[in-house]
Amino acid sequence: MSTRRHLGILTVAVLAAASLTACGGSGDDAGGSGKTLTYWASNQGASIEADKTILQPELDKFEKQTGIKVNLEVVPWSDLLNKLLAAATSGQGPDVVNIGNTWSASLQATGALVEFDDATLQAVGGKDRFVPAALAAAGAPGKPPAAVPLYSLAYALYYNKKAFADAGITAPPTTWEQLAEYGKKLSTGDRWGLAIEGANPNENAHHAFAFGQQYGGEWFDSSGKPTFDTPQNVSAVKRYVDFMATDKISNPSNAEYAQNQSVSDFANGKAAMLLWQAAGSNLKTQNMPADAYGVAPVPFLATPPAGGKKVNSMVAGINMAIFKHTKNKDASLNFVKFMTSDEEQTVLNKTYGSLPAVKTVGTDPAFSAPEQKVLQETLSTTAAPLPQVPDESTFETLVGTAIKELFADAASGRPVTEESVKKKLSDAQQKMR
Amino acid sequence: MATSTTAPGARPDRRDPRVGRPAPARARRPRRPRRSFLPYLLLVPAVVLELGIHVIPMLVGVWMSLLELTQFHIRDWSTAPFIGLDNYRATLNFHTAAGRELLHSFWITLLYTLLSVGLAWLLGIAGAVVLQRPFRGRAILRALFLTPYALPVYTAVITWSFLLQRDTGLVNHVLVDQLGLLNDKPFWLIGDNSFWSLLVVSVWRNWPFAFLCLMAGLQNVPDELHEAAAIDGAGFWRRLRSVTLPMLRPVNLVLLLVLFLWTFNDFNTPYVLFGGSAPEQADLISIHIYRSSFKTWDFGSGSAMSVALLFFLLVVSAGYLLITNRRRDHA
Repeated sequence: MSTRRHLGILTVAVLAAASLTACGGSGDDAGGSGKTLTYWASNQGASIEADKTILQPELDKFEKQTGIKVNLEVVPWSDLLNKLLAAATSGQGPDVVNIGNTWSASLQATGALVEFDDATLQAVGGKDRFVPAALAAAGAPGKPPAAVPLYSLAYALYYNKKAFADAGITAPPTTWEQLAEYGKKLSTGDRWGLAIEGANPNENAHHAFAFGQQYGGEWFDSSGKPTFDTPQNVSAVKRYVDFMATDKISNPSNAEYAQNQSVSDFANGKAAMLLWQAAGSNLKTQNMPADAYGVAPVPFLATPPAGGKKVNSMVAGINMAIFKHTKNKDASLNFVKFMTSDEEQTVLNKTYGSLPAVKTVGTDPAFSAPEQKVLQETLSTTAAPLPQVPDESTFETLVGTAIKELFADAASGRPVTEESVKKKLSDAQQKMR
Repeated sequence: MATSTTAPGARPDRRDPRVGRPAPARARRPRRPRRSFLPYLLLVPAVVLELGIHVIPMLVGVWMSLLELTQFHIRDWSTAPFIGLDNYRATLNFHTAAGRELLHSFWITLLYTLLSVGLAWLLGIAGAVVLQRPFRGRAILRALFLTPYALPVYTAVITWSFLLQRDTGLVNHVLVDQLGLLNDKPFWLIGDNSFWSLLVVSVWRNWPFAFLCLMAGLQNVPDELHEAAAIDGAGFWRRLRSVTLPMLRPVNLVLLLVLFLWTFNDFNTPYVLFGGSAPEQADLISIHIYRSSFKTWDFGSGSAMSVALLFFLLVVSAGYLLITNRRRDHA
């Protein structure tokens, strides 16, 4: 055979296989001519459409006030981090974005976000406007925040009042042991004790954090190195997965849930309890009246081990950030100022059932409804921020996925043991660089 | 694409008529074409696109695999430290969790590809042979068979993922509630079954392409051959083996290679079916690489895996073409 034919074969082979490495990030066209901003909002309401309906009137108000037009895109949570990453890589994309507050330090490390130093903070109303705990979850400690808080959230325990009454339970559980015990009483026929979003890595990681704190575990040491497979963390993760694996108070199908089906199950009475952040607005759109469910703080361990902390939620929330590549930084700051103004904070947080991120409007009666009271109390007394380290988002992905796999094991009847949990967590840790 | 290297035009070169032939043969030599820039000019757009779409991104991928391209550097690649082959050492070290999982994912993908291509081809040839003879309703069946190929992949696979849900899916509803074949509702999207679910969806999506190609190929099989074989007493299977399949060889050569590469690299099906993070039992390599780079923001090691995979596919493709060509030479 001739060399030319060898070459030909090689060429064909190269071309045929080429598509592999040729994948690149998609970059949306940047909006930024004149006074138009592009804003990526996170999905806070019951659906993307609901968010558009809620946000558009406010954006119209902003345009009327300032002449700046804001193009809104609501991005589902499953895509948000990837899209932010693509925007950071390509230097193209939106001007203003919502980010999960736990990603702040990770995104900060890319250097793609505008730093809110004192002067910049002044442009949106000053540092003192914001709730300190919320602002602390907007970037790595000791650095100017990479974002400002927009909505504040915390986890709470939602329980179905009628189901509790039927089972003869008078008060919501305050310990995990009680929750498991009540859960068994509540699991009858088509109804299960506790709904779990088992295939959603982020939800899993959030619970892993809170359980970890209660067992005295940390996911990163003081130098930012991962410590996933400590005995405390293993116990914490096992406790969480055991609601399905050994207590059997969760439907095995929950191992497939990643599209908020657990909230639907709770709303439809298929599950009697749910651990969620500000589920109220979502439950309302699913026609569950507010008096049908009660809200209580997330339980603790009955006898906390040595070093166990009294933490039952992360400091959850949504932050607002500006990309450095924006051509309209002033307009962007203006928009952030508008969204964190007293009026908008009241309107939006009221609609979403979240808590304001600024100090000035906390007294509005809307924020003293039973649900918001529990969230408020949790945030101010027993919530702790997730570690603000650059690897945080990787932690959520890796540990969250490990727990997803453990739920899959539990659902398909494979045993979940200390060893199997430890192995998953060790494997996850090895993937960190 | 692959046929171009084995085009009939190449034949005279190999079986050079000049060797050992008397002088008059020289007279039949084609005239040397006049040198002209036009052909080259006409090639320019193709070459430019080829470079821009395939070659350059590929080289960038190779370059990325030599960098520590994490979240700290993605904004400005020039700041990413050059770490040589460290990414390869880390990802291809099969003693670590990451390496083991890559290897596991590789075997899963290989098995998945072989089964998927094999089944798609079998269904394709069966469909093509059955529909070769005209009969009432043939056109309708043809259109029906091609439907999976015509549907947008996302729509189709999302529908499958609904069908395969444990509690609300149609599959379990039919199997458990209606037919009572199983007592307990099995999971289709997690655990061991997830591999088979993925395989079914993949075959469902790919076989129409095999069917289409083979149907076209069958048009070139002259009826006379079949008739002659039939007169010689060849039954259906004998004709299939000795007439149809050999005549389809050129089609099969390309079809199998293309199906292999597509299936091996398939990203959409597992991504949509499992929502970004596939269960271990169905952790295809494309999803695995996606997770390793996008989800953990380590594009360097993701690229290293891609390049390693590229190399593997290169070897497989080149080997395949070499072997099939050689066989043809000796045929």
